[in-house]
Amino acid sequence: MPDGMADSPRLLRVQEFLDKRYGAGILSRSFEKMELTVKIKRAELLSVLAALRDELGFNVLDDIIGLDNLRSAAPEEPRFSLLYQLYQFPGFSRLRIAVDLGEGEEADSVTSLFRSANWEEREIFDLLGIRFAGHPDLRRIYMPDDFEGYPLRKDFPLEGKP
Amino acid sequence: MAFKEIELNMGPQHPSTHGVLRLKVTVDNEVVLKVEPIIGYLHRGMEKLWENATYPQILPFTDRLDYLAAVSNNLAYVLAVEKLMGVEIPKRAQYIRVILAELQRLASHLSAVGFMANEMGAVSVLLYCFQSREGIMDIFENYTGGRLMVHGVRIGGVPFDLDEDVTGLIRRSLAEIPGRIKDIEGLLNENRIWEHRTRGIGVIKPEDAFALGLTGPALRATGFAWDIRKNIPYCSYEDFDFEVPVLAGGDVYDRYLVRMEEMRQSMRIIEQALDRLPQGEFRLRVPRLLKIPPGEVFHTVEAPKGELGFYIKSDGTDKPERVKMKSPSFINLQSLELMCKGNLFSDIVGILGSLDIVLGEIDK
Repeated sequence: MPDGMADSPRLLRVQEFLDKRYGAGILSRSFEKMELTVKIKRAELLSVLAALRDELGFNVLDDIIGLDNLRSAAPEEPRFSLLYQLYQFPGFSRLRIAVDLGEGEEADSVTSLFRSANWEEREIFDLLGIRFAGHPDLRRIYMPDDFEGYPLRKDFPLEGKP
Repeated sequence: MAFKEIELNMGPQHPSTHGVLRLKVTVDNEVVLKVEPIIGYLHRGMEKLWENATYPQILPFTDRLDYLAAVSNNLAYVLAVEKLMGVEIPKRAQYIRVILAELQRLASHLSAVGFMANEMGAVSVLLYCFQSREGIMDIFENYTGGRLMVHGVRIGGVPFDLDEDVTGLIRRSLAEIPGRIKDIEGLLNENRIWEHRTRGIGVIKPEDAFALGLTGPALRATGFAWDIRKNIPYCSYEDFDFEVPVLAGGDVYDRYLVRMEEMRQSMRIIEQALDRLPQGEFRLRVPRLLKIPPGEVFHTVEAPKGELGFYIKSDGTDKPERVKMKSPSFINLQSLELMCKGNLFSDIVGILGSLDIVLGEIDK
């Protein structure tokens, strides 16, 4: 399987665009298995997603993935990550934007940019306990309203109560 | 009559909610003002379980997500794992996967159309649909031993080679189903009651459908040619000649027509795959204790319900660090409120049927 950035000129263009516009806001990037992941500063999230949507045509938010890095991150590193899986239609490229979050920190809700994010953010709030600032209706979605704890956190046991 | 707003509860135990879905409906007399889906009654904590299971152990769980299209779930997960491993699987295995996935699409669309018609009172259509679906279930039973929880794909290939028995059954189904589809269309397409209950009902505008992340037949019925099989081909779909049916009405009727046409296209793909089935291995040797080097991937397939994706992050052990599933029904259900607003209360079941959701997949 080819694994070079030169093989996907589209993603190369995305990377150049982000470097030029948000040079200091970009923390790291990786290109693996033909997928580009760009980690940005949390404060830049809404502006980066809006620019990608309006100027480069990444007009679909396929999924938001919440990660609990409790086991892999060092104690001083942020505990949570959010991955925004973007899709270009038409164009058919994918791109992953990542932000890090410490415990108790809030992420900006992207529902103003992508209406489909509503339930996805509720799911992450429900299972990982990450709050989204500006979400219109942040409630639990799977678990009962009076449930305590966040089941997908790594310190939540597989069986029994925490 | 005076304006009177009342709140009604549909479900969680309701025959036409395809599982345990509760809808909080606000109505003014017969007209729907608000629909709030309340989910989670079937939540089994799949993603938590997956973090504590090895890669091959996760595979049987995926059958239980969308239990009307088990192979599509298997395939999406397995393709993501294989992408993470960086392996290329034999061509023969890819073709067999395509055949299984398209058979599964046929079975899923048949049950979708059948349930949808049944909910609007056309019970005989459901019986016709299930008769054809039965033939496909028999194929799966002959091939894997399972009918509903098929478990028909393995990491590295497929569990068995296609033998004469199975191909014979597939050919028989392929010969039978077109006539059956004609019967169903004869019963519904120009049926005045059916048209009355579906045309112009549950309309969603293309821009709303796109913004709300709708995928699958429901999105294609609003005019977008969104089909991952064509857009980002996987599993050698680029080898086959087929069309993506697209309609522009965005109502219940168009969603039904898109499904009918998609069934014809699926049969075209299966025929081509059977005729051109390459020789060779049907499975790669994959170690039983599968450890995957650290990395992360996101891979999606075109499942019968829409775009189904898996994100997998590996930390180098035999268990994944995180598996996240993008479930098409979960995202599609968000559009229900917009589709139902302004329609009559009795149309909710029809609109819900045309969305074709499965609660096993929504609640994970």
